[in-house]
Amino acid sequence: MNLRRDVFQAIADPTRRAILLLLASQSMTAGAIAANFDTARPTVSKHLQILTECELLQQSQNGREIHYLINAKKMKEVSDFIEAFRNLWDDRFNKLESIMKQRMKNTAKKGK
Amino acid sequence: MERKTKIAAEDGKQEIIITREFELPVDMLFMAYTTSEIVEQWMGNKVLKMENKAHGGYAFEVKDPSGNVLFKANGAIHTFEPDKKITRTFQMENTPFDVQLEFLEFEKLTDETSKLTMHVIYRSVELRDQQLKLPFAQGINMAHDRLQELLKNSKTK
Repeated sequence: MNLRRDVFQAIADPTRRAILLLLASQSMTAGAIAANFDTARPTVSKHLQILTECELLQQSQNGREIHYLINAKKMKEVSDFIEAFRNLWDDRFNKLESIMKQRMKNTAKKGK
Repeated sequence: MERKTKIAAEDGKQEIIITREFELPVDMLFMAYTTSEIVEQWMGNKVLKMENKAHGGYAFEVKDPSGNVLFKANGAIHTFEPDKKITRTFQMENTPFDVQLEFLEFEKLTDETSKLTMHVIYRSVELRDQQLKLPFAQGINMAHDRLQELLKNSKTK
């Protein structure tokens, strides 16, 4: 299970939500972002990594500096409740499919 | 991760259409929906009753490890056509959600693939919207719990 890619898991953390708020109107470097929090720099980097991996944040290179900015399209997905609803059903259907595929495999084996 | 299930839920309407194509022959898909032991595996509910026929009924339940009932749902089956369609009602007990009407259509695409279309109709737009939000709220809660567990585990290491 790839926890990191789960957008809902990503925004469940208050520090990550605060980072998103910070970047709402501007792009910033990791250093500038970290300066806003009491948290240790490596922890902030970890949060940035999680947010980037689930595509809530994008990176843009500005000379030698990397700036973080919000991925607006993905943010819209988060505010879209339908996504969670869809994931619920998709998880169930994925299970259904794999159960029945396994069943078909087992039946084929028995037939031989 | 690619999500194969499609949801159509227009603003201001009291219905939802859920579609999904499966790499399964249509009879296998139908079997998965109508066999108690299989439904239990992918829905995560215990099937208390399942009478697959017109005027039949069904009931699901989820209990926690101590035996407390967490979730109960039931419905009446209106139409039952093997490998083609099921029309039924569905209601979650002890919730503000009223009964909903579900049209399930099973379609053969090829010998190995099939498609399910679930058309769900709610009593009102508000009730539909509330149902849509339920997994979101649950998801946030679950995410909180998972995170807390992760933090707990990483601290004890």
